[in-house]
Amino acid sequence: MATTVVADDTGRAKPRLGDTIFSRLALAAGIIILVALAGVFIFLTIEGAPGLVKPASFYGSASTFAGYVAPLLFGTVLAAIIALVVAVPLSWGIALVVSHYAPKRVATPIAYVIDLLAAVPSVVFGLWGITVLAPKLSPVYQWLEEHAGWVPFFAGPASTTGRTILTAGLVLAIMIIPIITAISREVFSQTPRLHEEAALALGATRWEMLRLAVFPYARSGMVSAVMLGLGRALGETMAVAMVLSAGGGISFNLISNTNPASIASNIASNYREGTPGKIQVLIATGLVLFLVTFLVNFAARWVVTRNERKLAR
Amino acid sequence: MSVTTAPVRPSAESVSFTAARLPRFAPALVGVVAAAAAGLPVLLLGWGVVAWAIVAGLVFLVALPLWARVVEGSRGATDRLVTGLVWAACIVAIVPLVSLLYTVVDRGLPRISSTFLTYSMYRTSLDQEVGIYHALIGTLLITLFAALISVPIGVMAAIYLIEYGKGKRLARWITFLVDVMTGIPSIVAGLFAFALFILLFGPSTRVGIGGSVALSLLMIPIVVRSTEEMLRLVPSELREAAYALGVPKWRTIVKVVLPTALGGIVTGVTLSIARVVGETAPLLLIAGLTTRTNFNVFDGRMTTLPVLIYTQNANPGIAETAGGIRPGIEIAWGGALVLIVIVMVLNLAARIIGKIFAPKTGH
Amino acid sequence: MAKSITVDSLDIYYGDFLAVEGVTMTIKARSVTAFIGPSGCGKSTFLRSLNRMHEVIPGARVEGKVMVDGQSLYDAAVDPVAVRRQIGMVFQRPNPFPTMSIYDNVLAGNRLNAKKMKRAEADDIVERSLKGANLWNEVKDRLNKPGMGLSGGQQQRLCIARAIAVEPQVLLMDEPCSALDPISTSAIEDLIHELKTEYTIVIVTHNMQQAARVSDETGFFNLKAAGQPGHLVEFNSTQKMFANPDNESTEAYISGRFG
Repeated sequence: MATTVVADDTGRAKPRLGDTIFSRLALAAGIIILVALAGVFIFLTIEGAPGLVKPASFYGSASTFAGYVAPLLFGTVLAAIIALVVAVPLSWGIALVVSHYAPKRVATPIAYVIDLLAAVPSVVFGLWGITVLAPKLSPVYQWLEEHAGWVPFFAGPASTTGRTILTAGLVLAIMIIPIITAISREVFSQTPRLHEEAALALGATRWEMLRLAVFPYARSGMVSAVMLGLGRALGETMAVAMVLSAGGGISFNLISNTNPASIASNIASNYREGTPGKIQVLIATGLVLFLVTFLVNFAARWVVTRNERKLAR
Repeated sequence: MSVTTAPVRPSAESVSFTAARLPRFAPALVGVVAAAAAGLPVLLLGWGVVAWAIVAGLVFLVALPLWARVVEGSRGATDRLVTGLVWAACIVAIVPLVSLLYTVVDRGLPRISSTFLTYSMYRTSLDQEVGIYHALIGTLLITLFAALISVPIGVMAAIYLIEYGKGKRLARWITFLVDVMTGIPSIVAGLFAFALFILLFGPSTRVGIGGSVALSLLMIPIVVRSTEEMLRLVPSELREAAYALGVPKWRTIVKVVLPTALGGIVTGVTLSIARVVGETAPLLLIAGLTTRTNFNVFDGRMTTLPVLIYTQNANPGIAETAGGIRPGIEIAWGGALVLIVIVMVLNLAARIIGKIFAPKTGH
Repeated sequence: MAKSITVDSLDIYYGDFLAVEGVTMTIKARSVTAFIGPSGCGKSTFLRSLNRMHEVIPGARVEGKVMVDGQSLYDAAVDPVAVRRQIGMVFQRPNPFPTMSIYDNVLAGNRLNAKKMKRAEADDIVERSLKGANLWNEVKDRLNKPGMGLSGGQQQRLCIARAIAVEPQVLLMDEPCSALDPISTSAIEDLIHELKTEYTIVIVTHNMQQAARVSDETGFFNLKAAGQPGHLVEFNSTQKMFANPDNESTEAYISGRFG
C-alpha cells in the first residue's frame, strides 16, 4: 500500500472543504450574535431617537422626554429595590438551607421547588398578584395607614384594591428569589471543605463557621447574584403591568394609588393606543431601560470576573 | 465547659467535654408553646390563620434563642436564632408558590374542557362556545420558529467558542455579549423586533415571525451557555482519538463531540424553550392579537397563550349573572393552568432527557 | 505494510517555549522502538510530533524534518489529517467513543471518514482488527454493547483494534499501559510483540522493564538541566542500552540512580 500524504501538487496543503465550510459556519453564528446585539442597539436608536425630541404634547403631563421618563425610571427602580429588600435575605436563607442546613434528602426537594418557582411564567405571577395577593394585602395597607402613617412610606391614603407599588415589588421579589438563590447556593456550596472544617475544628458554631469560612469566600458571588436579580427585576414587564394600578409622579408613598409605572409596564400598557409618534417615545424609554439593565448586568459580570482572577492568583 | 478550679491534686486536672446544652426536644417544645401562645389572641381577637402562623413564628424565633441564651450562652443563642431565621426564609418563600399553584389549579381546572382546548375565540354567533385553540397554535408555532432560529445559531456559536475560537479576541467579545444578552429585558427584545419589522414592512406590521425573532433573542444566550458547558465536558482525549484516526476536525465535532454532548444540549434547548414559552411582553408588541386561528407565522397576527391570559384578564367582559365570575377571568385562569402544565412538562422532559443521555461511564 | 521514520534535528515548540531540542534518529520498520526518560523530558511531545498530533495544541509547532517513506511530514503541501491516517496512535488512557458500540468503535476510523462499505466488508474489518488486538474471543458475543462497558485493559485493546482497523503504516503508543493493572499490561505487551511483524511500533514508557521486554531499540530522553529543553541522550539497541550504555547518565537512569 502506497503512502500518500501529499494533498495536491500546488505546494500548499489544500484546506479541507468540509473543515472550511464548517468553521466558517461556526464563525458566522458567532458573528450573528454580535450583529444581533448591535442590531438591538441600532434599531432602538433609529426608532427611538425621534422620540427624544417630540413636541411637548407627546409627553403627557411632562413637557420634555426627561420629564416623561424620570417618574417611570423612578418607578422601575423603586419596585426593583422593594423586590431586592425582600428577596435578598430570603434567597440567602434558602440558599443556606440547601447548601448547609438541610440534610440532602430535604435539600434536594427544596432546591427543586425553588427551580419550579423560576419556571412559572411572569403573566401567571401577575394574574396571581392581582387576584390573590393584592386583595389580601389591602387590609394590611389600611392597618399600616392607621398605625404607621407617620412613616413616609405608609402615609396613605391606602389603596382599596391593594394594587400598589409595594404589591408589585413583592410579586417581583417572589420572581427573583429563584435567580438569587440559584447563584448563591452555587457559591455557598463551592466553599472549600477544608476552610469549613478548619473553622469547625476551632470550636465554631455553625453560624460562626458560616461567617468565618463561607461568607468571605462567597462574597463576590453573593453580590453578583443580587445584581443579576436586580437586572431581572428592572426589566420585568408583565407582573408590574398587571399588578400596579399606576397614576401619579415620583412619590415614596408605597401603599397608595399614586405611584408611577415602571418603564417596561408603561410600554406594555400604552403601546396599543400609540400613534407612531407616541410609539417612538415608548421605544426611547425602552432604550433607557436597555442601558440601565446593561449597566447593572455589566457591573455584576465585572464583580464576578474580578473575583475569578483574584482566586486564580 | 468547666475545668475544675479547686484541684485536690493539681497534677490530675480533669477536663469536661460536656457543656450546658438545651435538651434535644427543645425546638419542638418551644414550637408547641409558641403555637399555643399565638392561639390565644387568635381566639380572643378573631384573627385569621395567616396572622396566627406569623405570630407563632415570631414567638418561636424569640423564645428559643432566649432560652438558649440562658442555658447555652450568647454564642449558642445566635446560632439558634440564625438557624431559625434561615428555615423561616425557606418556609416564607414556599408559601407563595403553594398559593399560586393551588389558585391556578383551583380556578383553572373547572374551565378546562375539550371545547376549551379545541375552539378558538372567533365566533359567528354570540352563544357560541369559545376556547384557546388559536392561542395554543400561536404559542406552538411562534416558539417552534424561535427554536428553529436559535438552536442552529446557538449551537454553532458555542462550537465556535469551544472548538475554534479559544483565546481569540473575537471569542472573548462573543462570550461577553452573550452575557449581556442574558440580561436583556424581554420587553426590549420585543421592542427590537417591533422596531425592525415596522422599519422593514411598515408601521402597522404585526406578524408571528416577529415574535419568533424576539423570542430567539432571549433563547440564543441560554442555548449558547448550556451548549458551551456541555462541549467543555467532552474530554479532549476523545477529540484526540478521532484526530489520531485521521478524522478531519469538522467530522470529529459532528460525529464524536456533538453526539457525546447531545443529552446536555437537548436538555439546555428544552429548558430554553420552557423559559420563552411563557413570555408575554415581546409578543404583545409584535405578534398582536386575534381571535382566529392563524397557521401562518409569516402573515397576519397571532395570539399566544400568555398574551391571551393578559388581555382576557385586562378586558374580562361582563358576567352573565350579577356578581358571577367574568368570562375573561375564567379564560385567563384556564389558560394559565394550561400554560403552567406546558412549562412544567417541558422542565420535566428536560430533566428526563438529561438523565437518559447522561454520558455513559460504563463500569 | 510498514515504513521507517527518519528524524533530522527536530526542535519542538509550545509557542515560544522550546520543549525538545535537536532530535535526530531513524526508527526502523517492523520493529519496536521505545522511548524512556524522566517525567517532563519531552518523550511524549516528541512522539506526538511524529504524526502531527502535536499541533492540535494551539501555538505548538516544530522545526526540522520528519521523513516517512521519502516524504517530509512537515512540508507545506502535507495534510496533517492524511498523515494521521497513515500513522496511528494509542493514548495513555483508553478512550473509546462513549456513544458507540464495540463494533462501531472499531470501525470509527473508517466510518468517521465517511468511507462507504458493504456489511460483509465491515464485519471482516471488525473481526480482523479485534483478532489483531487479541480481543475477539472476549467480545465477539457482545459487539453491539457500548465500548465503555469493557474493563480498562479491554478498552485499551479496543483502542488498539480501532487504530489498526484503518491499516496504518506506523503505530505510536503513548504509555499505553500506565493506567492498567499488571495482567492487562502483560496482555498488551504480548500484543505489541505480535503486532511488530506487520507494523512499525513506537512506544513511550515509564516502565524500564517494559522497554527492555518489548523493544528492539531504545531512546533515552532527558532534560539538559532544570528549565532547559529535553533532548535525546542516547539511541541504541535495547540490548546495548540496558547492558552497556554509551552514556553515563543513561546508565545512571537505568540503574535507578535518578528519575
